[in-house]
Amino acid sequence: MLSFVGKRLGQSAILILIMSALVFFGMYVISDPVAVLAGEDFTEEDRLALAAELGVDRPLIAQYITFLGNVIRGDFGISFVYNRPVLDLILERLPATLEVAFFAMFIGLVVGIPLGVYSGLNQKARSTKTISFTTTVGYSIPNFWQGVLLILLFSVWFKVLPASGRGDTVDIFGVGWSLFSLDGLSHLILPALNLAIYTICLQARLARSGTQEVMYQDYMTFARAKGISRNRIVRRHLVRNILIPIVTITGLQLGGLIAFATVTETVFSWPGIGKLLLDSIHSSDRPVVVAYLILITLMFVTINFIVDVLYALLDPRIRYT
Amino acid sequence: MSSDVTNTDVETLDTVNTGEPTFSEKFWKVFRGHPGALAGLIGITIFVLLAIFAPLIAPQDPYDQAQLDILDGLLPPGSTLWDGTPSLLGTDALGRDILSAVLYGLRISLFVALVAVIVGSAIGVFMGLLAAMKGGWVETAIMRAVDLKMSFPGILLALMVLAVFGSGIDKVIIALIIGAWASEARLVRAVALSELKKEYIDAARLAGLSDWRIMGRFLFPNSISPVLVVLPMSISGAIGAEATLSFLGVGVPITEPSLGLLIANGNDYILSGKWWISLFPGLVLVAMVLCINMVADRLRDHANPYLRGKD
Repeated sequence: MLSFVGKRLGQSAILILIMSALVFFGMYVISDPVAVLAGEDFTEEDRLALAAELGVDRPLIAQYITFLGNVIRGDFGISFVYNRPVLDLILERLPATLEVAFFAMFIGLVVGIPLGVYSGLNQKARSTKTISFTTTVGYSIPNFWQGVLLILLFSVWFKVLPASGRGDTVDIFGVGWSLFSLDGLSHLILPALNLAIYTICLQARLARSGTQEVMYQDYMTFARAKGISRNRIVRRHLVRNILIPIVTITGLQLGGLIAFATVTETVFSWPGIGKLLLDSIHSSDRPVVVAYLILITLMFVTINFIVDVLYALLDPRIRYT
Repeated sequence: MSSDVTNTDVETLDTVNTGEPTFSEKFWKVFRGHPGALAGLIGITIFVLLAIFAPLIAPQDPYDQAQLDILDGLLPPGSTLWDGTPSLLGTDALGRDILSAVLYGLRISLFVALVAVIVGSAIGVFMGLLAAMKGGWVETAIMRAVDLKMSFPGILLALMVLAVFGSGIDKVIIALIIGAWASEARLVRAVALSELKKEYIDAARLAGLSDWRIMGRFLFPNSISPVLVVLPMSISGAIGAEATLSFLGVGVPITEPSLGLLIANGNDYILSGKWWISLFPGLVLVAMVLCINMVADRLRDHANPYLRGKD
């Protein structure tokens, strides 16, 4: 087990190095920072001076090593637009993104799994056909347009929920959360629902195919033969056995939710890191874009690592392949 | 060529009649008894025809500034334009007829997705075959690159590419190609590895054919079918991805709006109750993706040996 963890840790480190190199060379080499920052009246000497000040006159490899060193110390530079340390900007907005992503995941699991188990158990029922068709439609609707529809429906036509912003937040440990105030919660519902619909469909499909597989196993027949009640069989024997793939996918999906929050945050003007990324792309705020991409890579690699290790713990066969 | 195998020998090798069913037999086997999938196929045909003949059908050329009149701006569906043209789906802020804009947008959305998926799949198939054929460090390098790509959500990779290169139709296509090749490469490699163990490959090797020739002539046609099965899914995925990127403002330019950009334009007016500007492009987008997905689902079920015979 220890050698498996060590090997995966090494792979993760290499992955982070490769991605950071791609982002660095992409962002700092393809477009010239001197050309971006230099004024109209800059002479050739001014340009050279600026290049020296920014450190871009040195060999690329040397620049990259300096960049890596700064990143390790948590120094991503100063935002061109906000004129503040980039890391502070991102950390400030991270709770908003995490809040909407976790809330969406919660809705997705609580609604999706029961729907999936139900339709797996009652394959011939009319309601199952409806669920299956609805999940196909849910898969096909682009996330952003679904957000537009939700706004149209709940904010414009019915006027029951606000369309943008975070509303009132309650400070807990110095971080504001929308979840704990009524106004904040009403702002949270639509973005979270928008993110959750895809998760509901995915979890419902997973739970359904899991149920269909587990249902015909011998231990299920045996449990029925013992005369255990249907409810108890479903709870004790079925749900527990379909949970393994669901746990894995949920882990991986959490990363996907944070990435997809970019779209939801833009539609609902939710002030998280995804909206920050898009605003920064539009305003060419390069340090923010680089920092976001590096941090999100780090996050994905960490999530993948944890899921792999968990999986190896759950299923010993993985360790030896 | 150094070997003494002539072209005609190779020709006879791969045109052996296997008694396979004809195309129409195969077609009915897949679609008979599945009205949803058949409806999807009909829907796709209609959308493709609409996209191809958009300039002939559209009441207005939405790119021609001379045809637009600001006085026609924000008219609700069913209005009549200043010059007497009926506007079935209303107009946007610039006085552009939504129906015409949607038809032209359909063209761009389909074009971008098709080019990206075809090029991306071709690269993926080539990489997969190469990995299987060559093995060793070539295989390791290719499969590591696949793992690298697969460990990130597509939307994030596309945003990375567009953040680096800037936006534009060509850049969106590049971003989608980078998103499309990896799963195909993984799929093809798996199939090709099992094909490589078969006797006809040994026969071709003994006949003295080069690796490249075996790859192109034998391995490729025999490993391609799983990619063809997932192709519709890739296309609907690419349509959705392009729409998302354009909606976020990093995709196609404002002068050539795809469906996604039309929705984004309408989004600015939605809070003032002008729902038609983004509703109609969205409906077309969803209908198209849904049609493709229904066909894709059917193809996948049909190709799955576990489900075959059950339906």
